[in-house]
Order: sequence, then C-alpha cells, then structure tokens
Amino acid sequence: MYRETSILNDSSPVSPAGDDGAGNITINVGPQHPATHGVLHLVITLNGETIKKVEPHLGYIHRSIEKMCESLTYRQFIYVTSRMDYLSSHINNHACALCVEKGLQVEVPPRAQVIRVLMDELTRIASHELWWGAMAMDLGAFTPFFHAFRERESINDIMEETCGARLTMNYMVPGGVMQDLHPDFQKRVKEFLHLYKRKIHEYDELITGNIIFQNRMKGIGYLSPEDAISYGCSGPVARGSGVSSDIRKIYPYEIYNKLEFDEVLETAGDSFARYMIRLREMQQSIRIIEQLIDNIPDGDFQAKTKAVLKLPKGEFYQRVETARGELGVYIVSEGGTTPYRIKFRSPGFSNLSVLDHIARGSKLGDLVAMMGTLDLVIPDIDR
Amino acid sequence: MFIIKYIKEVYRGVKSLLVGMKRTLYYFTHHKEIITQQYPDNRDTLVMAERFKGEVVMPHNEKNEHRCTGCQACELACPNGTIKVVFKNELTPEGKKKKAIDKLVYHLELCTMCNLCVEACPSDAIKMAQTFEHSVFDRSELTKILNNPGSKIMDGVE
Amino acid sequence: MWSFSHIANELHEWLSSIFNPTWTLVIEMVLAGVAVIGLFAALGLVLVLMERRVAAWIQIRLGPNRVGPQGLLQSLADTLKLIVKEGLTPSGADKLLFNVAPFIAMIVAMLLMAPIAFAKDFQLWDMNIGVLYVSAVSSIMVISILMAGWSSNNKYSLMGAMRSGAQIVSYELSAGLSILTIVVLTGSLQVSDIIHAQATGWWIFKGHLPVWIAFVTFIIAVTAETNRAPFDLAEAESELTAGFHTEYSGMKFALFFLAEYINVFIVCAIGATLFLGGWMPFHIGNWTQFNHVMDYIPSSIWFFGKTFFLIFLIMWFRWTFPRLRIDQLLNLEWKYLLPISMINLLLATAMAILGWHF
Repeated sequence: MYRETSILNDSSPVSPAGDDGAGNITINVGPQHPATHGVLHLVITLNGETIKKVEPHLGYIHRSIEKMCESLTYRQFIYVTSRMDYLSSHINNHACALCVEKGLQVEVPPRAQVIRVLMDELTRIASHELWWGAMAMDLGAFTPFFHAFRERESINDIMEETCGARLTMNYMVPGGVMQDLHPDFQKRVKEFLHLYKRKIHEYDELITGNIIFQNRMKGIGYLSPEDAISYGCSGPVARGSGVSSDIRKIYPYEIYNKLEFDEVLETAGDSFARYMIRLREMQQSIRIIEQLIDNIPDGDFQAKTKAVLKLPKGEFYQRVETARGELGVYIVSEGGTTPYRIKFRSPGFSNLSVLDHIARGSKLGDLVAMMGTLDLVIPDIDR
Repeated sequence: MFIIKYIKEVYRGVKSLLVGMKRTLYYFTHHKEIITQQYPDNRDTLVMAERFKGEVVMPHNEKNEHRCTGCQACELACPNGTIKVVFKNELTPEGKKKKAIDKLVYHLELCTMCNLCVEACPSDAIKMAQTFEHSVFDRSELTKILNNPGSKIMDGVE
Repeated sequence: MWSFSHIANELHEWLSSIFNPTWTLVIEMVLAGVAVIGLFAALGLVLVLMERRVAAWIQIRLGPNRVGPQGLLQSLADTLKLIVKEGLTPSGADKLLFNVAPFIAMIVAMLLMAPIAFAKDFQLWDMNIGVLYVSAVSSIMVISILMAGWSSNNKYSLMGAMRSGAQIVSYELSAGLSILTIVVLTGSLQVSDIIHAQATGWWIFKGHLPVWIAFVTFIIAVTAETNRAPFDLAEAESELTAGFHTEYSGMKFALFFLAEYINVFIVCAIGATLFLGGWMPFHIGNWTQFNHVMDYIPSSIWFFGKTFFLIFLIMWFRWTFPRLRIDQLLNLEWKYLLPISMINLLLATAMAILGWHF
C-alpha cells in the first residue's frame, strides 16, 4: 500500500530517488540531524519505509583522547575522560582514578569511597534522566524532556555545590576525591530524593503507560542474548536481553559488594525492555543513595599520595559500570610519570554496533526509537 | 470474545492517553510549578555555588600583595598549558638579587576549569572565582595577567 | 445590538446607494478578500503565540516573554525575520512546482474560509453544499504537500510527502463519516441549516452517544489531516528532519507554517459548527429566560470561544503524546476509526429515523 511508491522507481530527470533499480534508496541521517544527538552519521538503505541496512560512520568528533592521555601525567589525564561520555563524567573519572590507584597500591579512605559511590549513583540517575527525556523527544513527545530536566537540574545543583561544575566535574583524583563534601550535601540529596519520589509516577503517566509509546516500543529492535554477548554489548542494552553484565555485581569495586541493590534484568530483549531497565535502574540507584546518605563515615577524603605519581612498570586494567555499560581503562606503564599507552573500552561503541543487526527490516520511525534505547553518546563512541 | 477484547483494548488505550493529558493539564494550569529562571534579569540576585569553577584568579590584599612565590607548581599541574609564570629579578632590602614573579599569564581560552592548579599551589596563591560570563569580542582579551601591576609578594610567604 | 451582520448589511446598503449592483458585488468581493487575508495574518500571529504559550506552560516554562509586553509581539518579530530571509530554491529542484506549492497550500486554506459562519448571518458564502465543499476542498491540501515533497529533490521531503499522502487520504474517510453523522441528523449540507438545527441545543448534547463518538473520531481525524502531532509524520522532526518542507526557507516556509495553523483553525471551526453549534449560543430546550440571557453574549464570541477551545484541545494533544509510526497510523484508521465511525453512522441514521435524539 504505502511501500509501493512508484515515484521511487521513476527515472525522470528530477527524480530525487537515486535508487538502485530495486527500489532501494540511500539516505544519510547525520552528521547533523535532529535524531542523532551529536555527530553520528548513519548511511541507511531503505526500501520505502523499511530499513535494509544501517551503516554507522564514525569519526566526526574524534579528538584522539587516548593519544592525548599519553602525554599527560597520571593526575592530569583524568580530566580528559570527562569529555568522553560527558553524561557520566564522574564514573569515567572514577574508572581512571581506580586504575591509577591499582598501580600505586593506594588504599582509598572509607569516606572517599562512600563519596565516590554516592556521586556515581547520582550521575547515573542524571544520565538516565537525560536519556529518558531525549528518547521521548525522539519519539515525538517534547514535554517529557523538560520534566526530566527538572529532576536532573537538582542533581546538577548538588554537583555544582560540591564539585564546582555541573557536567565535567573532575572531582575524582588518585587516592580519593578533590574536595570534601559540601556541608549542605546531605540536606540537598535528601531534598532531591523527596522531589524524585514525588515526581516519578509522572514518568509512567506521561510516557511508560502511554498506549502509543508502548506500541512504538514493544517487540521492536529485538536483540537475542547470544547476539548481545557476541556483539559485546554491556549495560542496560545487554541486561535488556537478560545477559547479566552489571560490573558492580560481577567485579565489585569500592564498596559495592557491601551494598544492597539488585541487578536489573529483563528478558524480552526489545526496546521496551531496554527502556524499563533504565527506569528500574534509577530506582536501584536511589536505593543505594538512601543506604549511604546517612552513613557517610568520618575521616580523610583523600589518601596521602606523592606529588608526582609514578606507576610501576606493568599493565593495569579497571572496569566500572557507567550509565551506558562497561567502561574499561587499560594503562600500560613503563615506570614513568605518564602512561605509555592508554586504551578505553567504551560501552557506546559496542552498543552502537548492534544497531544494524536490530534495525534491519523495521520501519524508519523505529530506527530513532532503537537509537534512543541504545542510549548513544557520540563522544563516547569516537573519543 | 473478539469484540470484548477489541473494546477492552480501545478502553485501555484511551484511558492511558487521558492519564497523560490529565498530567499535562495539571502543569498547564499550575504555573507555580514553572522552574525556569529569567537569566539576564536575575543577575543581581543570582548566587553561584561557592565552589563553582569559573576562572582562576589571584587574590590580593589591601596592600596590593599576593601569596605567589613563583614555584611553578600550577604551571606543571596544568594539563593544557594554561598558566605561564614569567620571572623578574628583584632586589631585596639587603641588596641581594631575588627571583620573583613578574607576570602570571593565564589563558582563559585554554582553561578547562579542572581545578588542578589550585590543588597544586602550596601557598594558596590562586583560587577559583565564580564568574561565568566570559564572552568577549576578541580572544586576546581572554589572556589575562593574574597579578596586579606593581604587586609584591606578601611577607612571610616563602 | 451591535453585530457583524449589522455592519455587513449597512456596508452593503451604503455601497448599493453609490454603485450599481455589479460594482457593488466586485467591491464587496475585494473587501471580503482583504478581510480574509487580514484574518489570516491575525490568526497566524495569535495561533503561533498561543501554541508557544500552551507548550511552555505544559513544559513548565514561561514561553516567549521578551518581545513586547508579555511576549505578545514575539510572532510579529518572527514574521519579520522570515520575510527578510532569503527564499532559497535548491538547484536540483523543479523550480515551478517548488515555488507554487506553498501558494497552493495557502489558497486551499483560503477557499476553506468561504462557508464558515463567523457570527450570526455573517458568512461569505452560504452555499447549499457547504459541508461537502469543505471536505472536497480540504483534500486538495495533500496536492500541495506532495508537490512540495516531490519537487524539493530531497529524499526526506519525498518520504514526508508520501507519508502525508497516505495519511490524509485515509483520515479523510473517518472525518467525512463523522461529518455525515451530523448531516444525517440535520438533513442538510448547508452550514446555516446545521447551525439553526442546534437552536434548541447543540448536537453534542442533543445527539448523545453517536454524536460523542463522531466528535471524538472527528477530532482525531482532523488532527491527522492537518498533520499535527501525534500524527505529524509528514514532518516527523526526529526522523525526517522537517519532512516535506525541509528545503523551504524564508517566506515560502512561512506560508506552509501559516497554512498549517489556518487549517487547524478551519477544521476546529468546522468542528465547532457541526458539534458545538457554531455561533449559536448555549440554549437549553425551550427554557426561554435562560436562552435570552445566553443570547446577550455576541454570536462571534460564541463562535471564537468554541473554536479556540477545540484548537486548545489539538495543541494539548500535540504536547502530550509521542508520535505514531506510519503502519500504526494506518492501522488506527483502517482497523479502529473507520469501523467505529461506520457503525456509528448506522446508529446515527437509525436514531435520526426513529427520532431518538432530543
């Protein structure tokens, strides 16, 4: 009915189709396109509205962060990683700090550990809030974006008060955190928890329960557990397919093994499962924050470290769970003050790679929904 | 039965839509929920967080003295080469030549507000200011000299 | 009492006393044209501002508040900006069709103004097939969209236009069927007859269940016909950048933009006329005292009040719902709305024959 567009097969001089004779046309979504949230370039082969192939082209925001880090000292390179996945910059910094500490054999004071975990979980909520709004916007609902930003703003205010910045905080340093918590921190976090609990049901009213939304999400973009593993997916994308991949549970770091929280798993493997994973993950983060907020131990917020850090010769690897999945930091040290080689295993890159697999055969409108549920942050993919 | 299932489906769908509409109507009628701030209008009452990292400044006391010894720790700590310390030779009261800072050049356009220089400073000579309106018409205006002209190092700071 | 029809009659008499009947008609037609264009401009400004305000308040923002008092002149400033912008024609475009398309959109919107009764006895053309004329002319709209999409030589535009074609053609069916419900109940296609039939109460109250269903179907169908969210697949910002008007800029874009809002106004005016009694004040049966009190409110206020209520409803949809997918959009029409409105039409016919309405 709709797919039989004879215009597409017309070969008149003004034919915009540019098709291959079989009715397939190629369109370029991006690098500047309202759906890609950044400079991702997708070359899409379409037959009518049906997607035949999706080819992501990367490199538009490649800043060679890995190479840059090789010329910076172990204290300095952490700030650059905020610019990779800017929505979970705390967690990126945390991964780097942990990796350096692993090399230095530094014991992080318990207060610093708790502060780090609190900040990580706040960042995770803030990141998922933005994802929620942006994904609703991809599907054509503009209002949720602003409502999500209301909650996100209050997290940003907390960050601003304690870390001095809203997005790229650079708060984690090897051995602890840069500054102690702000005296108002606990009060502000409790205010945020109160606001969040008062407003969270609106998310269901506006989007989750909406029949249009459910029809757009359920059953599309199916990713089987086998494919999730073989494509190297991690984070909510893998857990949406029922693959247990929460680094906080599997390879606990800091104090995560002492905390009570559940690894959120869904088995449906479709876009709606990935959507629900993130919403439920926010609840788990709230649970972690509630456990810790009244139990911040006294003590130092930073371990004593030397002014010039030198990692012993060797290789160090640390993985953490960012809002998007598993972030791995791999440092090769020659014993100097700067790393010999740094490699980041970013979650976005592997998660993007499944896009072609899950998008084939679905409609163009579903592509933006799938991209939304993969939660792509382009600077994280390109680095 | 098919018809009952069909009607139930329609009912459930319509209900979910009405729930969303009720929520947006609530916000349409409750203007006290509006959270936006009118930025340039509220400049006078706007209070930035005390730790907000806006730009690096060097505080001076009323005698035009600063605490910078010129140890270059900030220059070394900076990942972007934002800070350059320029020296001059000064005569101490005893008539000896002493190295002191002439200028502490700060490139705001290169700065990422990472706070590493402030952390590295052993004598607390520099700190972060809460300004954030950094737009200028010429980028050379962003290259700043942090110490005031004719300023000296505070007594007792080594 | 002061009224639009009074002014129109006085003007007519004054012109007749000066000119012969032919010239009177010509001058009146020119005046009507000027008035319609003036109304267009005014409506465009008001509706754009209204949309932005509704969106802002729903999205916990303030909305435009810089240009003029309370931001009232914002859309005027936007218009000024669009006028001075360059109207680009892409080099690969079909120049004639590309430039004609926005005007066709505007002309269709203008033609649709003819049978609308803005106030008591104040109507450009009270033809005996008024409602049929509206459904017939409004389907020309799709031609301008297809033209714009095809001639732009842009794949996004083409896809948007094809989507829009499929959508408008399908949704016209249920819009037409729900209009027919009222036509069956009234027994006339003439707009003035339909309004006078509601002197004892609007159809939405008199006609109970079938008219309620027809009203809901009508609102959904016209939202889709005017390409408004959640059925804005022709523009589908996050999928097709801007759909059929991706390549348009400056005043040509503004004409499409304006045509969208004018169409919203027109379909809401039609909806108000058919279901809410047009300019007819709120009357309850034969309760004369109450009806007299209601008559003191001018008929034009009744008409615009009802129309703007429906416009608000459509804006409210836009800022609440996510967008449908193209196959779901067609499913909704062919699987749900069309069967429902067909059965509903049957019900309404039975009701009209048996006289079950009030």
